[in-house]
Amino acid sequence: MKKITSLLVLFLIIGCSSSLTPVDDGLEKQIFHYGNGSEPQGLDPHIVTGVPEHHILISLCEGLTISNPNGGENLPGAAESWTVSDDGKTYIFQLRKNGKWSNGDNVTADDFVWSWKRILTASLGSQYPDSLYYLVGAEDYHTGVTNDFDLVGVKALDAHTLEVKLKSPTPFFIGLLSHYSTWPVHKETVLKFGSIDDRNGKWTRPGNFVCNGPFNLQSWELNNKIVVEKNPLYWDAQVVRLNQIHYYPVSNVMTEDRMFRAGQLHNTYTVPSQKCPVYIKEDNPNLRIDPYMGTYFYRLNTNDPSLKDVRVRKALAYAIDRELLVEKVTKCGQMPAYSFTPPGSNGYQPSTSIPFDPQLAKNLLNEAGYNSQNSLPKLEILFNTSEDHRKIALAIQQMWQQNLGIEVELVNQDWKVYLSREMVGDFQVSRAGWIGDYEDPNTFLDLMRPNRGNNKTGWENMEYDSIIQQANSTNNQEERYKLLNKAEGILIDNMPVIPLYTYVRNYQLSSDVKNWNPNILDHHHPKFIYLERD
Amino acid sequence: MLNIFIKRLFLAIPVLLAVASITFFLIKLAPGGPFDADKAVSPQVLKNLNEAYNLDASEWEQYVDYMSGVLRGDFGPSFRFPGRSVSEMIATGLPVTFELAFYAILIALLIGISSGVLAALKRNTYLDFIPMAIAMIGICVPTFLMGPLLVLIFGINLEMLPVSGWGQLPGDKILPSITLGFAYAAYIARLSRGGMLEVLNQDFIRTARSKGLKERNIVIKHAMQGGLIPVVSFLGPAIAGLLAGSFVVETIFQIPGLGRFYVEAAFNRDYTMILGTTIFFSAMIVFFNLLSDLAAMWLNPRSRDVS
Amino acid sequence: MSKNSTLWSDALYRLSRNKAAMFGAFILLILIVCAVLAPWIAPYSYSFQNLELGASPPSTDHILGTDVLGRDLLSRILYGARISLLVGFVATGVALIIGVSWGIVAGYSGGRVDSIMMRIVDILYGLPFIIFIILLMVIFGRNLWLLFGAIGAVEWLTMARIVRGQVITLKNQEFVMAAKAMGVSNFSMFRKHLFPNILGPIAVYATLTIPQVMLLEGFLSFLGLGIQPPMSSWGTLIKDGVESMEEYSWLLIYPGITFTITLFALNFFGDGLRDALDPKTTDS
Repeated sequence: MKKITSLLVLFLIIGCSSSLTPVDDGLEKQIFHYGNGSEPQGLDPHIVTGVPEHHILISLCEGLTISNPNGGENLPGAAESWTVSDDGKTYIFQLRKNGKWSNGDNVTADDFVWSWKRILTASLGSQYPDSLYYLVGAEDYHTGVTNDFDLVGVKALDAHTLEVKLKSPTPFFIGLLSHYSTWPVHKETVLKFGSIDDRNGKWTRPGNFVCNGPFNLQSWELNNKIVVEKNPLYWDAQVVRLNQIHYYPVSNVMTEDRMFRAGQLHNTYTVPSQKCPVYIKEDNPNLRIDPYMGTYFYRLNTNDPSLKDVRVRKALAYAIDRELLVEKVTKCGQMPAYSFTPPGSNGYQPSTSIPFDPQLAKNLLNEAGYNSQNSLPKLEILFNTSEDHRKIALAIQQMWQQNLGIEVELVNQDWKVYLSREMVGDFQVSRAGWIGDYEDPNTFLDLMRPNRGNNKTGWENMEYDSIIQQANSTNNQEERYKLLNKAEGILIDNMPVIPLYTYVRNYQLSSDVKNWNPNILDHHHPKFIYLERD
Repeated sequence: MLNIFIKRLFLAIPVLLAVASITFFLIKLAPGGPFDADKAVSPQVLKNLNEAYNLDASEWEQYVDYMSGVLRGDFGPSFRFPGRSVSEMIATGLPVTFELAFYAILIALLIGISSGVLAALKRNTYLDFIPMAIAMIGICVPTFLMGPLLVLIFGINLEMLPVSGWGQLPGDKILPSITLGFAYAAYIARLSRGGMLEVLNQDFIRTARSKGLKERNIVIKHAMQGGLIPVVSFLGPAIAGLLAGSFVVETIFQIPGLGRFYVEAAFNRDYTMILGTTIFFSAMIVFFNLLSDLAAMWLNPRSRDVS
Repeated sequence: MSKNSTLWSDALYRLSRNKAAMFGAFILLILIVCAVLAPWIAPYSYSFQNLELGASPPSTDHILGTDVLGRDLLSRILYGARISLLVGFVATGVALIIGVSWGIVAGYSGGRVDSIMMRIVDILYGLPFIIFIILLMVIFGRNLWLLFGAIGAVEWLTMARIVRGQVITLKNQEFVMAAKAMGVSNFSMFRKHLFPNILGPIAVYATLTIPQVMLLEGFLSFLGLGIQPPMSSWGTLIKDGVESMEEYSWLLIYPGITFTITLFALNFFGDGLRDALDPKTTDS
């Protein structure tokens, strides 16, 4: 009994001594406590593939251009200016003379050449080499058709001049450069700890890590915290106001929500789905719902006997009440999607539409030969295990059953199994999502071209393909968008995918955080952010 | 007793080897490769990745390769985190889980034994019923319910304690340790009550009492040694339970321990990490079972024959 | 024969005097009846969603309220009872069958066979079964039968030890040796003499294992590895409830109370059984 009492007293003492929360403390010291969703796979920009990795890398390294916090065209990054040839195929980048690596070395054009060689080196096993496939000869080099990197369209004309030659005018090329796969790495450091294609090199450890961004890697505690601190050698250091950023890999969304409310985080990676409608209702000032360049859709396997007929596919699409879906199921500010490419990406407005018309849907199904005597065989919806995906699938199952009289089965598999089944086409209907890599409709429409690894629907339309190719060979934005819109129309008319809703970024953000602007690619550059309390 | 110790230790080695082998082949049966990603991986890249991780060798070759590594203490590189070795990751997570388990057991023993002994001494009074009722709650309420409840009350509403972390904010070790330890406190309370009751009914206690010895001495010096044997035997299996409990507690409280590493490795198909942690956990369980059996034997030589 | 019947009638008498145990038994009976009759007494189907309604507190339409998809909570709890109790009983059953057979064979055979069989139990005792279950669930999917088998495979060990211990004790008692001397066959031995006497500890242990199993299933649900939706066990309901505990507290309270009361009942009943069958620990 005595022991229990003393424990309780200890408890109370510790509890009652109030200490500053990390958010309060961070205000004074300009330390940003960042909720980052999951432990990053690594910090090598040529190897990683995820969003949490991006959040950290954006503070450590800088590409030729960086995202503009106010939207619109990218700002100069490591390159202070650039020119484009008239045919749109040659870019000349002028690198900053005062650009430095965190160890004091100058950032030169050779660094970029070597870095791009690295990511295009097949044995490295990067999953994003196609970011650079727009360069002349890049794909050939990566796939081993040639072994000579000199044939690839990137050259250092001098220490601070970089020449890039593209296969065709690529209007979104500048935007593409804010993707980490195109960022530079420090050659001497990488080679010190391994070869150019060594995935397991320890150059990314704290103490070894060298890069050219506004912050340096100070510490990395696995599954616990990553700390970066201000880099005084960064060319624009006087603009940077934060002193440190602490990244917390909190994978449990409920825990993250509690941490934010307890003042342990300045922002969260996401909002638990049952909390969102509550926060919306009570007008929670910390809740953010930012438009995001992403589409949630269902892939249809066009090789499946039930889904071969385009009328069946359209029927399925028309029987879904998207308004109901976003209002009652996802409930966090998502927008119903009536096109594959999210509207508003860099000014692109698709003019396609998908009606919610159960009667029309039923008619189409009948036309295709299915009715109450001869009903469509049971359909299977495949999705990766997640509460949110399940809710949506359940709702759609009900809609298809009620509006079309079709029997639907739900199958959820864990992430890896789901991916491998999609890859080999072992599915009928499969849940999918796609986030744009850069702010241009091409990042979506390109997906559905024939022979694209990410197509996975078996849909191959040559007219669609040639229109997109045409669109990408012109620099005239208006003409381009007209063509892309036409392609979009073909896509929706054939419905190999059923767009459901446009993503939004939901998260909580402390009011202490300044200069954090909504960005359609969710890029928030830490060099501009600071903490201040009104 | 040393004989038994050495014999059991020898037995442990083939056990661990069996565990490693079974787990290895189980994982190989799993559909879905470690390099499947949302963005389709080109066959060229996949081939390179498989080469880098020796996945293109035959199953048997991979097995031999892996086992010889294990015998040297090398559990291979993590599949999910390039550049990290499994041994390194275990070394990071293990001390944390150890500390958590240690505090949990400490709390469980302190609260459990004191309330159990008290209940036994004050049998059939309120001091018996109330602790045992609380103990029942501890046994019946799952950890994943207890944790968030405690966090809600003490972390968010009363704002007394941090809601997450381990060693980052003052007092952040309290809630997780209590959450994990509470269920075990409950079991230990019941076990010690039962054990004490059995011992207290025995003749030699009656003799001691009639000799006029102080109750306190009787309890501590004579009764507890025998009465707590069930508790000591329980500790071995309790370790296995603690490890399982750590999965839940570490996830709820964002603790960078081995339990959380394991769960995430399982979901991410980080083969080598799964294998490494499984072998490690097995070794720990075997070791602690051994210790607790030995301790029980030491306390009561009569139990040696009854396994 | 008479020796057995006095043992049982004594035990039953003691049990009936144990208020907690009787209360437990009563609750269990109600639960089992509810679970069996669920399809007939549940007001709604457990999967019918009312998206327009969403989560709502208890009302006249929905006595215990609805969850975020508008599914009736009372119905889900009733159907959940079926699943949870099914998992509890079947997995325990699996453990029982394996454990009891193992224990009887080992105890009765004695000698080397016993030695080897118990060595195996010792070895398996040291394995992190939880880890294997998780692995199996992750690899092979959340199959109900796999769940039964996996959980059963974790719990049988202690059962085997207990049964073996009992058999050994009984084996050496006079009445058994006498029967053997008289030439009673092994089979009759089992049936008439050994079995009735080990039934007691088996019943006790089984009753106390069921709550363990239910907690284990809840644990797996928390990690996302439990029963597949749309079926949900109480474990799943509680896990969902925990996540909404601030906004929609009824989603946690009602399943939580039901689950806890069931576990209480099982534990009280099991304790009562144990006390009834073992005169040493009851009040003298």
